[in-house]
Amino acid sequence: MKKYLLSVLLLVAPTLVIASGGGVHLDKANIDPTNKESLQRGAKTFVNYCMGCHSAKYQRYNRLGRDLGISEEDIIHNLMFTGEKTGDLMDIAMTKDMGKRWFGAPPPDLTLVARVRGTDWLYTYLRTFYLDDSRTFGVNNQVFSNVGMPNVLWELQGWQKPVYTTVVDDEGHEHKVLEGLELEEAGSQTPAEFDRTVRDLVNFLAYMGEPIKLERQSLGVKVMLFLLVLFIFAYLLKKEYWKDIH
Amino acid sequence: MGMLVNFRDWIDARFPLTKMWEEHLSKYYAPKNFNFWYYFGSLALLVLVLQIVTGIFLTMNYKPDAEMAFASVEYIMRDVEWGWLIRYMHSTGASAFFLVVYLHMFRALLYGSYKGPRELIWIFGMMIYLALMAEAFFGYLLPWGQMSYWGAQVIISLFGAIPVIGDDLSLWIRGDFVISDVTLNRFFALHVIAVPFVLAILVVVHILALHEVGSNNPDGVEIKKNKDENGIPKDGIPFHPYYSVKDIVGVVVFLMFFSFVMFFVPEGGGYLLEAPNFETADPLKTPEHIAPVWYFTPYYAMLRAVTIDIGPLSAKFLGVIVMGAAVVILFFLPWLDRSPVKSIRYRGPICKIMLGLFVVAFVVLGWLGTQAPTDTKTMMAQIGTIVYFAFFLLMPIYTKIDSTKPVPDRVTG
Repeated sequence: MKKYLLSVLLLVAPTLVIASGGGVHLDKANIDPTNKESLQRGAKTFVNYCMGCHSAKYQRYNRLGRDLGISEEDIIHNLMFTGEKTGDLMDIAMTKDMGKRWFGAPPPDLTLVARVRGTDWLYTYLRTFYLDDSRTFGVNNQVFSNVGMPNVLWELQGWQKPVYTTVVDDEGHEHKVLEGLELEEAGSQTPAEFDRTVRDLVNFLAYMGEPIKLERQSLGVKVMLFLLVLFIFAYLLKKEYWKDIH
Repeated sequence: MGMLVNFRDWIDARFPLTKMWEEHLSKYYAPKNFNFWYYFGSLALLVLVLQIVTGIFLTMNYKPDAEMAFASVEYIMRDVEWGWLIRYMHSTGASAFFLVVYLHMFRALLYGSYKGPRELIWIFGMMIYLALMAEAFFGYLLPWGQMSYWGAQVIISLFGAIPVIGDDLSLWIRGDFVISDVTLNRFFALHVIAVPFVLAILVVVHILALHEVGSNNPDGVEIKKNKDENGIPKDGIPFHPYYSVKDIVGVVVFLMFFSFVMFFVPEGGGYLLEAPNFETADPLKTPEHIAPVWYFTPYYAMLRAVTIDIGPLSAKFLGVIVMGAAVVILFFLPWLDRSPVKSIRYRGPICKIMLGLFVVAFVVLGWLGTQAPTDTKTMMAQIGTIVYFAFFLLMPIYTKIDSTKPVPDRVTG
């Protein structure tokens, strides 16, 4: 039996390995999807800072309100700016062509971005813009180099400058390597406050990637418990039938 | 009660209902010593039904249109009542199907179930496996995400490696110069009608063949050689109720694993639903790393393991040949195995070692197929490929010279 179990384990092993990301260190987002206040703050940051260019065209305003505990009225007054209906999808006016002309590549839709990139990546990305004169918008990014996006959160974060260190490779060549970032000019938030703002935003993006997640998990617990009970009866039934087979 | 009996008799006079019930369930005698490995046949049938039923509900809201496909999947996930559950059942079901089928096939390897007189059961089973691979391949394009698109691109381009006809062939498969709306439409047709239809027929044929010769068992003993005065195998028990109640236990345990994945890790760490597939297909943007879903990765690793050109034949074409051969060779298993015994229990050490190596090679190849190639990994894949083929090609020799233990007359429980 041990041998069988081992072979089963070997067969399912590839499904258990977690895919690892690139070489860049990512900070942990540590989001709490049950924290509605955090989600609400994130939603506000999203519509104020992101939705100028990015759509969330698979998400509906009223669904967001229902899931995050925001009243219909508050949604209309605080999250909607261009006269949409509450049942509308969170789309934007900017077309792909415009986006392409203005930014080189159209800003992607963000509904599912947390499922594409992962929350840690987003949390790190949004906090690691740094000044770089060679770029069109004057900034570069530590985890997404030469990104076409400006640092839209600069008012809150301020400006960071890169700190380089020189390393010598095996062949004796010197390379300048980005070691870290340093706050050059403060924004309206302290670094700790800004981390929280980004964490809330990432929390919201994660929610939007899969609005059903919490319900899915709670239903899952019930289903598992039901199956456990069913297992007991199924097992007893089998035992009863099989008692005369030798 | 009398009325029901009359109704049954009325039907029996017109349709072999009772006869079929007895032939396939209540008087189908299966060996009484089935173990853990014998759950996966009925589980495969369960997953097939699950895929068909969830698939039907998905088509009610899915739109096979390059402009709308991705959005329609998100619509199912968000706006359709219980749509998320149906979709996750279907996506988890695809992987579960392969897992169950791989374990079912491994059972055949363990106990020599493919050996005479069950060669046709094995052949039909292999055809099911082929149809299943086609079904999974076509289905994976439908969500129209980045990995759907580029995965299909990679696979179809393999046909392009075939000399002379390759380019025309891949053009014919796509119906366009690139994967497009036309491709999506035909893949939809194949995924929801053509292949499921073939699959259903093959499953019926597979089971009919099985019930004709009777099931093998962990001892590899033919239970029909020992019958009692009524012509019933002494080691056989009616499938219903004995194995029907036993399989219910298996089904519940399977559903626990299945539900765990579906409700708590539906993405399976990026192996069941790949992260790039949450981004809509973009023909102008190639993902950094294209990997097929886990159930294809062993073959994908073998494809990439071939790195040398031979004369006019490109490494890519040879890789395609190796990959194709890796699947086709399975069909010949009943004739490659020359062992006088069926079950691993009565085989010698060489057979056991070879089967162990084969399993390790298959799993390692599966892992390698998910990884970006490096020199070391390519070398590992080459070794894995050699082991994979050695298992089959050397089988006529090692199964013949290997020692055996005496096979008992009756099953050992």
